Amino acid sequence: MRYDIRLSIEYTYQAASDHVRNILRLQPVSGPRQRVTASLLTIEPLPDERRDGVDFFGNPTTSVAWHRPIDQITFQLRASAERLAQGEEVDLSPALSDLVDDLALQTDLWPGSPQHFLGASPRIGHDAAITAFTQAAIAGAATTRGAVEALGRAIHAEMTYDADATDVMTPPEVAFAERHGVCQDFAQIMIGGLRALGIPASYVSGFLRTLPPPGQPRLEGVDAMHAWVGAWCGAAHGWVEYDPTNAQWAGEDYITVAVGRDYSDAAPVRGAIRTAGGQDSSQAVDVIPLD
Amino acid sequence: MNRTVASPVPPAILAGYAPQPGVADELFDANGAMRPVWAPFIAQLAGLSPEDIAARFARGEQYLRDAGVYFRLYSGGPAQEREWPLSHVPVLIADAEWDAICAGLTQRAELLERVMADLYGPGHLVRDGHLPAELVAQNPQWLRPLVGVVPRSGHWLHHLAFEIGRSPDGSFFVLGDRAQAPSGSGFALENRMATTRIFSDPFPRANVRRLAGFFRAFREAMEDQAGPGRRMAILTPGPNNDTYYEHTYIARYLGLTLLEGEDLILRDGQAMVRTVRGLEPLGLLWRRIDSDFADPLELNENSHIGTPGLLEALRQGTLGLVNALGSGVVETRAMLAFLPRICESLLGETLQLPNIATWWCGQPTERAFVQANAERMLISPAMDHALPFSVGAGTALGTLPDRLARDGARLVGQEAVTLSTTPAWSEGRLVPRPMTIRVFAARTRDGWTFMPGGYARIGKSDDAMALAMQAGGSVADVWVVAPRPVAPDSLVTPGTFERSPPGILPSRAADNLYWLGRYVERTEGAIRMLRAWHLRLAETGDADEPHMAHLATHLASLDLTPDLPIPPALAGMIGAARFAASKVRDRFSPDGWGALNDLARTAEKLAAKVTHGDDAAQALSILLRKISGFSGLVHENMYHFAGWRFLSLGRAQERADNMLMLLETFADPEAAAGALQIAIEVGDSVMTHQRRYRFGPSRDTTMDLLLLDAHNPRAVLYQIDQMRHHVSRLPPTEPGGRMSALERALLTLDTDLRVAAPADMDSVALAGLRNRLAGVSDLLSASYLR
Repeated sequence: MRYDIRLSIEYTYQAASDHVRNILRLQPVSGPRQRVTASLLTIEPLPDERRDGVDFFGNPTTSVAWHRPIDQITFQLRASAERLAQGEEVDLSPALSDLVDDLALQTDLWPGSPQHFLGASPRIGHDAAITAFTQAAIAGAATTRGAVEALGRAIHAEMTYDADATDVMTPPEVAFAERHGVCQDFAQIMIGGLRALGIPASYVSGFLRTLPPPGQPRLEGVDAMHAWVGAWCGAAHGWVEYDPTNAQWAGEDYITVAVGRDYSDAAPVRGAIRTAGGQDSSQAVDVIPLD
Repeated sequence: MNRTVASPVPPAILAGYAPQPGVADELFDANGAMRPVWAPFIAQLAGLSPEDIAARFARGEQYLRDAGVYFRLYSGGPAQEREWPLSHVPVLIADAEWDAICAGLTQRAELLERVMADLYGPGHLVRDGHLPAELVAQNPQWLRPLVGVVPRSGHWLHHLAFEIGRSPDGSFFVLGDRAQAPSGSGFALENRMATTRIFSDPFPRANVRRLAGFFRAFREAMEDQAGPGRRMAILTPGPNNDTYYEHTYIARYLGLTLLEGEDLILRDGQAMVRTVRGLEPLGLLWRRIDSDFADPLELNENSHIGTPGLLEALRQGTLGLVNALGSGVVETRAMLAFLPRICESLLGETLQLPNIATWWCGQPTERAFVQANAERMLISPAMDHALPFSVGAGTALGTLPDRLARDGARLVGQEAVTLSTTPAWSEGRLVPRPMTIRVFAARTRDGWTFMPGGYARIGKSDDAMALAMQAGGSVADVWVVAPRPVAPDSLVTPGTFERSPPGILPSRAADNLYWLGRYVERTEGAIRMLRAWHLRLAETGDADEPHMAHLATHLASLDLTPDLPIPPALAGMIGAARFAASKVRDRFSPDGWGALNDLARTAEKLAAKVTHGDDAAQALSILLRKISGFSGLVHENMYHFAGWRFLSLGRAQERADNMLMLLETFADPEAAAGALQIAIEVGDSVMTHQRRYRFGPSRDTTMDLLLLDAHNPRAVLYQIDQMRHHVSRLPPTEPGGRMSALERALLTLDTDLRVAAPADMDSVALAGLRNRLAGVSDLLSASYLR
């Protein structure tokens, strides 16, 4: 499926800042499951510094800085991307108890190595409540992939999607205790649960098709950039992607932008600002299918 | 002098000195014979009278107090400063033995460097099975954004410390490696200074190797790394860090600028210091903050002590770092289990100096071994990096079969080692106490060099667990003793004369100095005002008398209601001054800091016991003298660098503002009779007024003297004059010698006051002046302090 993607993120500062520096992870890149044919990131006002790079996990980054007082910034992305259709998936993943043997053979720390996604990460630590919930949710799952799906469904059933309950800084254990949150919370809770089971799990940020195919319900999380979960299901099966916010595998409706251990690795905008007042931000996304 | 070797009859100071069986001792060898290196020292000590020894120890302690050496004690409550816990008796080691230790540590330093280069480079160690993947991938000290970033110098490690101990068989072994931001080399210098004052006799001290050469070599190495003529600085987490004293001390000793993260800003990949002169490029940072906190943009997003974008400077190779970011990973305790084999693999050699035997419990064989030998193991978190025997090392003795089986990969077992004992002074004699030695290493152009001694940790009791300073342990000098006298050495080559390049003044430091000036002056004004109130109370005995009420209203507007004779808000002002001073302790003398602390202590003591009236007035007079003492130290003794000008600007600004407030209240036409006298008294101008005017104070004479007089150091015009003078000597902000907005504002204020007649100065005019003065402060801030 080919898409035309438009994203606009706007920040306004109450008091003009004398210095702003950001790292952006907004542009999708081609990979095994998607092809990007065009991508243009426009930044207003013109930054004093702009530099493109690639982070450890292979995500493209754009570093920008302003050395003059500004009170408003807009990031605008236009991209054309194609999500490649997946064939019928055959479950090649091992039983959960055997995953550890597969893992022991992964002794290379290349960016895609499952080893990076097993331990605690800056924003996702161990939480007893999430672990207990996870154990109950996956009872009866025969394979690792089965466990991923069971946990994703259980989180979707347990949690209420609520754009006002949490913010970008809310830790997963708090969102879980409240049983409310947005895609970032759903994803981080699921990642914490998977890691407690010994399943390497990553945070994936990206775009979701805005309007569903005819006859299907509108999905949650289409108004802004979306987040879902990658899970490593053994050497033979590899990585799968599941969206706990919508209780479905991340298929043709999804375009990946960045992958990391949690939000802090994949955040669309990470920033530092010197200003006296607060800030507001707004976001608008359109992901239009072209086929 | 008679070089006595161990006398057959032990001297009194050694009575009862009995090392425990199975424990090595520094003073006596395994056969019970005194090690020759100690003999002259013990002979000398034994020849001193108890009074002489007490006087010498007191001299050492006095030195540390005068120098202001402290460390910060972490506790549940607010952080406390503690005097440096010096153990007076040094640890003596023969230079041949020391050199053998250093040879082993040179190999170890090289090994750690190779491990860093691999973990942040090709990653062979993990791929080839020399290190378990999870020990790296799940290690919070392995910082992914640094992978692939080769340091400017080509080397990751430049300054290391090794904690070593002597095992029962007499050989030395390594307890742990410090590579993140090793602390203690500055304290080692202070240990040496203090110990030198205790054992000031030329012999046996003449044979002790000097420490200064180490720092000279290290500074030269840093200059190489920074690049010719480029600035070098120490990056500190700030005054709340436990070793902040050392950061200020080393900065002064080596002539480095002391910076905090917010002093730095990145411009096109070049780290710049925000100074009162504008942005100045920086060549090298000796960082004393942990790697993860260095850049909130790419590392720990919650860090408030870092510099956003710092990693960009490292990627572009514009900034040298001691040590490279991410170096904490080689401190990981579990690493000790693998280093011996890694050494063989990377260097093709066995470890010359073994490290504490360590088993990572993520492997079945090792786990079973630890389980089977648990009673002689210390079991602790695998990823931890605290040294053994430190508080909070998370070390637990004993068997934990459940945890081992369930969570083995997160645990290591370490052999429960026995440390050697060394003589420490206790109640008139020497007693054996457990010790470890910290050895500092620096990379120079000729390879690794080591500080010869300087730093040992000494246990409080026989229990090795009591070694940590935080647990009451102490620190001793270490003497590396040569067979013959050693040539004296110091940081400078004797006979040379070279002026340092002019220092830079970071904007944040200028800001703190400015506010220090303001708070000290604010405190002084408050003390004067309170004293005036108490003096009148003593005279009239009536707090409701109109003058008193008037004074009290004014005091209340300053939050100084005298319900208590010395209101708590005064302590708050002193605290604010002290806080500002604490952030710039590298910029004024320990005497100045001492005076400020003395003021705070005295105020607290007096506040607790004085009563209203005369008693309080006298107490306030004491405080006034103390604060004048501080001002005197600063204004008489401080070199007139730019920093001094900001301090003076703060004082003038505050003094002018205080005076305007005072005049608004007490020269108000509606004010009670006698209010003018109060203004003149609080303005410290009673005598001058008598001399200058033929009649008692009127509103006009008061304005004339306290507002419009350029020669009265209390008058507003005088302050404006001072401020103009100081600003004219600050770095220019406008090109081509044009007048800045700040200079313009001050000049117009100055002119308006000079042409004003006292009668024009009504309350509207006074309020206008206060506003314009506040504008001056804003302009100063915008031009220099941000």
